[in-house]
Amino acid sequence: MTPASSVLLLTTLTGFGYGLLAWAGLLAAFGLLPPAPLFVPVTVVVALAFASGGLMASTLHLGHPERAWRAFTQWRSSWLSREGVASLTTFPPALVFAALWWAAGPHAIATRAFGLLAACLGLVTVGCTAMIYASLKPIRQWHNPHTLPDYLLYAVFSGATLLAAVWALWFGAAEMLAAAALITALIAAGAKFAYWRFIDTQKPLVTLASATGLTAFGTARPLDRPHFTENYILREMGYQVARKHAAKLRRIAIGLAFFVPALLALLAAFGMAPAVTATAASLIALAGLLVERWLFFAEATHVATIYYGR
Amino acid sequence: MTSLPQPMPGAKKLGLVIDLDTCVGCHACAVNCKEWNTGGHYAPLPDYDPYGKKPDGVWFNRIHSYETQCGSSSRTVNFPRSCLHCEQPQCVTVCPTGASYKRAEDGIVLVNTDICIGCKLCSWACPYGAREFDEDQGVMKKCTLCIDRIYNEALPEAEREPACVATCPARARHFGDLGDPNSHVSQLVAERGGVGLMPELGYAPVNRYLPPRKATISAKPLDRPATGGNALLRLLDKVLSR
Repeated sequence: MTPASSVLLLTTLTGFGYGLLAWAGLLAAFGLLPPAPLFVPVTVVVALAFASGGLMASTLHLGHPERAWRAFTQWRSSWLSREGVASLTTFPPALVFAALWWAAGPHAIATRAFGLLAACLGLVTVGCTAMIYASLKPIRQWHNPHTLPDYLLYAVFSGATLLAAVWALWFGAAEMLAAAALITALIAAGAKFAYWRFIDTQKPLVTLASATGLTAFGTARPLDRPHFTENYILREMGYQVARKHAAKLRRIAIGLAFFVPALLALLAAFGMAPAVTATAASLIALAGLLVERWLFFAEATHVATIYYGR
Repeated sequence: MTSLPQPMPGAKKLGLVIDLDTCVGCHACAVNCKEWNTGGHYAPLPDYDPYGKKPDGVWFNRIHSYETQCGSSSRTVNFPRSCLHCEQPQCVTVCPTGASYKRAEDGIVLVNTDICIGCKLCSWACPYGAREFDEDQGVMKKCTLCIDRIYNEALPEAEREPACVATCPARARHFGDLGDPNSHVSQLVAERGGVGLMPELGYAPVNRYLPPRKATISAKPLDRPATGGNALLRLLDKVLSR
């Protein structure tokens, strides 16, 4: 599948935004955040800024962005529609959570309840995003049990690095969150390795013979193409760059997305320039997760390209 | 609504039956489809760089040719590919706007291009590569089964069939109601063992393909010409074999 930059930004930035919101909301619900009156309002603004950035980027690849509001109507059947509904539904409770923290105080029951609600809705949105891909039967690298937990894990990891950065910049130290970022980075890296092992050993979904109904005639191979230039299907789904450089790109993705941020989080956890190391960890994780997401698309093969022998 | 309509007992399932035995791979169906539809329901069908080095554009039919091999016998099979108007079309259910829909009355899968946002997700959900995006209008387009011909009372009754069927010089394409076991298309499928494509994915396509007939004359590999005996022929064979 050809990676569209708008979709890479959507899935990565909303992961950071809703991941951050999930951490802030959950920690607030259990009374684990420092009681500074402006800490949660600022954190929520940062989280919603990331999420809005992603959501706005996603409208850029639409043929008709002015009709985007129509995408909120078909939540009964469409994961894309559910993602849209869930992403917007998260905003009001998140803003109420921030306002209550400032007005009613960190320990008010309402503050904690809205924190928990915002956290859950944020994770539900990430889950809907994952299901858009996990539900597509023609793409075996997406339609499998890895996609949903992986997207949630990457959001939790990126949210942890971001909250550690905000925390360290604010208070000058963030040992516990840096440790959380380190642990989630290692779990996420493990999940990525497991995913790659899974897709590398997967069998193709169909054969050219079953795609053409010619199973009774032995094996089939393409002879003449229907057209000699590319068409929409080949441009959109016949992407072949990643398959050529897969091994190298995987090393870059896993290093930038998880291992380098894990190392920086380790330094932050031991109090070594935490403001610098924690911020660097989240920025490098952002770059790395963009590469990881690019590979998620570029390595995905669509079954329709079998008609072209690809 | 992008939820699928409840299947009504006895409802029509309009579709195509394509005979891979008689298809000669002439592309007439693709050309006539393009010609009709560029003035029809989804008009115009765009062409990008039509007279340049990389012509490209939206077509609802694509004609492939494949070679099958079984032991020493091989054959060429021409294979027209278009929308199969599936009974479980994921292209419809993934649509976030309600632009993609399946008609309850005849099973035709259509796009309402007035509300399509051009997110392309439906084309990702189709394993048959049947939907093509119109870059000029920013909306998705697909085969309509010539909905503007088959119900068109301005046309003589004999012409109320899809453009691809009407034009096929080999009569390899048939149009009818595959929900009615007594229709001529259902009988053709029963008689010739018609198949649906990629049954393992569960889209339950309506269109059927009739497999090529088995060869009735078994072709034996040619024997090498005998070269023994005549000295002149042996010499000739030696010279020519160099």
